[in-house]
Amino acid sequence: MGCEVSNALIEYITTFVLTAFVGIEVISKVPTILHTPLMSGSNAIHGIILVGAIAIESQATGTLQMTLGFVAVVLATVNVIGGFVVTDRMLEMFKPRRSEDSTGSEVN
Amino acid sequence: MSTYLIATTGLTLSQGIRLAYLVAAILFILGLKQLSSPKSARKGNWTAAIGMAIALGASLTDLHPSTIKVVLILVGVIVGTAAGWFSARKVAMTAIPQMVAAFNGVGGGAAALVSIDEYMRVVGGSPAIVSIVTVVFSVVVGSVSFAGSVIAFLKLQEVMSGTPITYPGQRLINASLIVVILAAAVYLVGIHASVPILAAMLVVSVVLGLAFVLPIGGADMPVVISMLNAFTGIAVAASGFAIGNTGLIVGGTLVGASGTLLTKMMSDSMGRNLGNVLFAAVGKVIPGAGTQTDESGEVKSYRSGTAEDIGVLLAYSKKVIIVPGYGLAVAQAQHVARELASTLEKRGVEVTYAIHPVAGRMPGHMNVLLAEADVPYDQLKEMEAVNDDFQFTDVVLVVGANDVVNPAARESKDSPIYGMPILNADRAKNIVFLKRSMRPGFAGIDNQLMYDPKTIMLFGDAKESLTKLVAAVKAG
Repeated sequence: MGCEVSNALIEYITTFVLTAFVGIEVISKVPTILHTPLMSGSNAIHGIILVGAIAIESQATGTLQMTLGFVAVVLATVNVIGGFVVTDRMLEMFKPRRSEDSTGSEVN
Repeated sequence: MSTYLIATTGLTLSQGIRLAYLVAAILFILGLKQLSSPKSARKGNWTAAIGMAIALGASLTDLHPSTIKVVLILVGVIVGTAAGWFSARKVAMTAIPQMVAAFNGVGGGAAALVSIDEYMRVVGGSPAIVSIVTVVFSVVVGSVSFAGSVIAFLKLQEVMSGTPITYPGQRLINASLIVVILAAAVYLVGIHASVPILAAMLVVSVVLGLAFVLPIGGADMPVVISMLNAFTGIAVAASGFAIGNTGLIVGGTLVGASGTLLTKMMSDSMGRNLGNVLFAAVGKVIPGAGTQTDESGEVKSYRSGTAEDIGVLLAYSKKVIIVPGYGLAVAQAQHVARELASTLEKRGVEVTYAIHPVAGRMPGHMNVLLAEADVPYDQLKEMEAVNDDFQFTDVVLVVGANDVVNPAARESKDSPIYGMPILNADRAKNIVFLKRSMRPGFAGIDNQLMYDPKTIMLFGDAKESLTKLVAAVKAG
């Protein structure tokens, strides 16, 4: 691998450092009420490990590697799908609510 | 499509894939940006999801796996989709925080598995030092995140007690685990390649993840989950380095960086120092009932009452404020709380709910739980709207909340929660705490209000206590 890796490595490090700055900058002004949905949404984004899981599974040799890769594909898919769906459900609750509950408040 | 792309643009396939990752990265960043504002948040989630679909679709074009592997991948994706979709859709609103923990944990586990698989694949050749370092890093951080999320899930799901679990030598054990992991890392990177040692390292990292989150109280779990979320992001980025995939590096780093900042913002908004959240529970021992010994060795006494006494007190009040907290959500007691409120209203008592900004398990959570229990929206009062009413209130009923009414946040500069905005429950004529025990809700923060002469403790599960109060008010 030696030399060709080092070129790619520079590219990876550049990507990593710049992305880290963007990641911090992009959420610097978020209201408290959105902390949890934001956490949950970003949780879904790291589900991109599914890309890695599929790649690794397609290169796997032998039963053990294939089994580990398969488990990784399942777990990563749960992360992606569950992450985005649960975030959507959460944000559904943040809809502006009308004060529609007149039946309840007329009790006394 | 990929051949078409190559034919028309002159791009190679791998260049096309990398451009697709760039598009995905842009959509992730836009999605996070939109998620930071209430108006666009829901759209932001789908923006990020589209980015994910593009990244996944692009990466699929470059695979040439054998039929058996295609089947395995498809089966894996179908099983994972079904499990993820079903659990995310069917889970109760109250259980959403632990679902986030679970989805985070599986991501961390996947990152560790991808890296260990990559290691097994390349170990026969002479892998570059960078890929060994990143493999090792990803396996350790991913496993810690996985195991920590499992504990967070079990605590929030109440399978395991939400109170901090401490045992002698906790710090020593954690330190030894870290030393073992570091030693194994040095061996793998500097001395000799070995799959069994990497596997053993994974096991030790899982133990570390368990041991690390065990002593943290249930109420601090949102902060912990946010931190583990950042961990998983970093583990995914490390996997990206190991397998040479910029998509993973970008996605993982975005989450790692924003998640770290978010963790800090979350603990700040709860008035908590992150260091305290993570390490404060260690070595804290709570003596038995009746009296409590504080840090200075002073013995303090508190008053506990029966549901009957408190029921009478409530029934003959003019104005009652209910302060719902974490314990109410845990006990699923919002419906009984509503029943108590309407029973009191029938007797002519004015009842309102005071909602602290971080009440419940996550911001905005309490409003949703109470709305689900049909609590009239106009009875829910935000902190600023209600804080001047407490001095005219006969009874404040604190249901499973603690720190949000702790006067130390206002008065005691030494307190870890000093400066956190609180509800002025201490200004009411009577304060009733519905709590399981005298144990502090957050690790190690005592609440002086519980020892106030105006305060009565009613011990027990919030739901059972409220049910008894309803009966007592009806009888009174």
